[in-house]
Amino acid sequence: MKTKLQQFKESYFLYSFMRDWVAMASLVVLVVFLVIAFAAPWISPMDPYDATNIDIMNSEIPPMWMDGGSKEFPLGTDNQGRDMLSTMFYGLRTSIIIGLGAVAIQAGIGIVLGLMAGYLGGKTDAILMRLADIQFSFPYLMVAIFMSAIFQVVFGLGSFERMAIPLLTLIIGLSNWPMFARTIRASVMGEKNKEYVEAARVIGLPQRIIMFRHILPNALTSVMVISTIQVANAVMSEAALSFLGLGMPVTKPSLGSLIRAGQEYFFSGSWWITVLPGIWLVLFVLVINLLGDWLRDVLNPKLYKG
Amino acid sequence: MIAFIIRRVLQAVVVMLVISLVVFAIKNQFGDPVRDLVGERVTPEERQQIADKMGLNDPFFVQYGRFVKNAVTQGDLGRSFLYNKPNLEVIANHAPATIELVLGTALIIIVLSLPLGVYCALKPRSWLSRFTMSFSTLGVSMPVFLTAILLIYLFAVHWRILPSYGRGETVDLFGNGIWMTGLLTVDGLKHLILPCISLSTLMLPLFIRLIRSEMMEVLETEYIKYAWAKGLSPRRVWLVHAFKNTLLPVITVFGVQIGIMFAFTLLTELVFQWPGMGFMFLEAVNRADLSLLIAYLVVVAALFVVVNTVVDILYGFINPTVRITGTK
Repeated sequence: MKTKLQQFKESYFLYSFMRDWVAMASLVVLVVFLVIAFAAPWISPMDPYDATNIDIMNSEIPPMWMDGGSKEFPLGTDNQGRDMLSTMFYGLRTSIIIGLGAVAIQAGIGIVLGLMAGYLGGKTDAILMRLADIQFSFPYLMVAIFMSAIFQVVFGLGSFERMAIPLLTLIIGLSNWPMFARTIRASVMGEKNKEYVEAARVIGLPQRIIMFRHILPNALTSVMVISTIQVANAVMSEAALSFLGLGMPVTKPSLGSLIRAGQEYFFSGSWWITVLPGIWLVLFVLVINLLGDWLRDVLNPKLYKG
Repeated sequence: MIAFIIRRVLQAVVVMLVISLVVFAIKNQFGDPVRDLVGERVTPEERQQIADKMGLNDPFFVQYGRFVKNAVTQGDLGRSFLYNKPNLEVIANHAPATIELVLGTALIIIVLSLPLGVYCALKPRSWLSRFTMSFSTLGVSMPVFLTAILLIYLFAVHWRILPSYGRGETVDLFGNGIWMTGLLTVDGLKHLILPCISLSTLMLPLFIRLIRSEMMEVLETEYIKYAWAKGLSPRRVWLVHAFKNTLLPVITVFGVQIGIMFAFTLLTELVFQWPGMGFMFLEAVNRADLSLLIAYLVVVAALFVVVNTVVDILYGFINPTVRITGTK
């Protein structure tokens, strides 16, 4: 009997990972990003959310390798005098929290509804899938934009900004669940007629147990593949919403609202306020996409289309 | 077939009713039509009178019925408090700018993605294909607004060869003031270039990949092998036999993606100060014009529902299995 670790060491999964330097590099970068995001409060030179740390006299200082830059602010400061490096760390943290939270919500709704639709079939299936179809026919970004716009107009900017993080997580989560529901349903349909499910049914297990304990683990591969891509999508949606002014406020910036704030200063020469968070965001989304592509190729050879 | 069409249309009507009900509930709960109409400087008694006259104290479903009736029979979606005009008129005035932006973008995507995608499928190992493919991964990860800002910086601020914002000079297309077009003036076209390029970077990678993978799949099929065996020239096999069959799925996806592009025009319009529907929408949000916001939502929802229904029905004609799967 092999241990789990041994099994993993000899698996095709690890083998193909070790042979693909793009995937390895992406994973390393991603881990660095995650560590930075997690440790932001401890490794940042200053706390950009604390107004007492901010001195408006320090605004628009260029990065330290340029003329007029100072050692105190390695990547310069933004228009309000916040240290760019710390703001980017905190911004990444916010973006990742919202991205992961939103995908957790999407996956939660999607898994439950997809399992029910796929396993129970019949009327449940028809109703749930029609619902998914209808929401799918509207672009998810549009749905998210409308939801946050209406919330902002109805409850005012103040209450929107106070609860921006949970609200954005919820909005982005709700706007994109059909993706998961459909994928899960498709794999459940493939699994539910297999013998082990029949066997479970014969020994009289309740449906709930069969669905969640027997079928779900076998349908999880596809969830893993779309989850990675969906995290990238969620982070991008959050950035887009924030850029439109419908997301994180400038006092607690995510990467999107940083880019928005720096936009006016970009054309007058202070490029770093926009470009640095921009590169930061692109790099983060890029490594997730690269990993997601690789994961799809390895786990799902049937779908592989070059 | 007729049953299929009826079912599909009924479904569209139900969706529209549900959307309008939700939207109306929001409007009813949080909007203040009296303020929209007369502003803040009115006594509470007069306010009450106006509300009575407008039927704002009627039961919810009576008001909802009136809302739907007005919207369907007269195209009346309320008045914008920001522009002081009927909402539908405001939206119609802003629509041409967005439509032209989407058209220009679609053109760029078609012109670039077809040759590049086909080339990448035929010569997957050439350096141009590799470059295109890695560039498309980068393109997917690049937010549209960032591309737009960088483009403005390069072309408008640094090199000063293209205008940075607005639509430029427009002319009246039909002579009735509804459709102001920028397509007929040099200045208008120049203003169109940057927004269209930045919007197309969103979809271009997707289409290149799609065309490439579809083409590669088609090239593996039996009838292509047969065409080779007949001794046809490579050009004929690739362009006439393979390419034609690549197109059908691509066209389907294209239809869907145009809709998604409308959502992303918001971002481009904001960066380029493009006076289209997205820009109008953001202004309505900033100025808390709930009435206009809701009218816009209804219009966009209706647009999507109509387009989806039409596409589905057309698909039912082309592919009979679609009709059957929905029947159960």
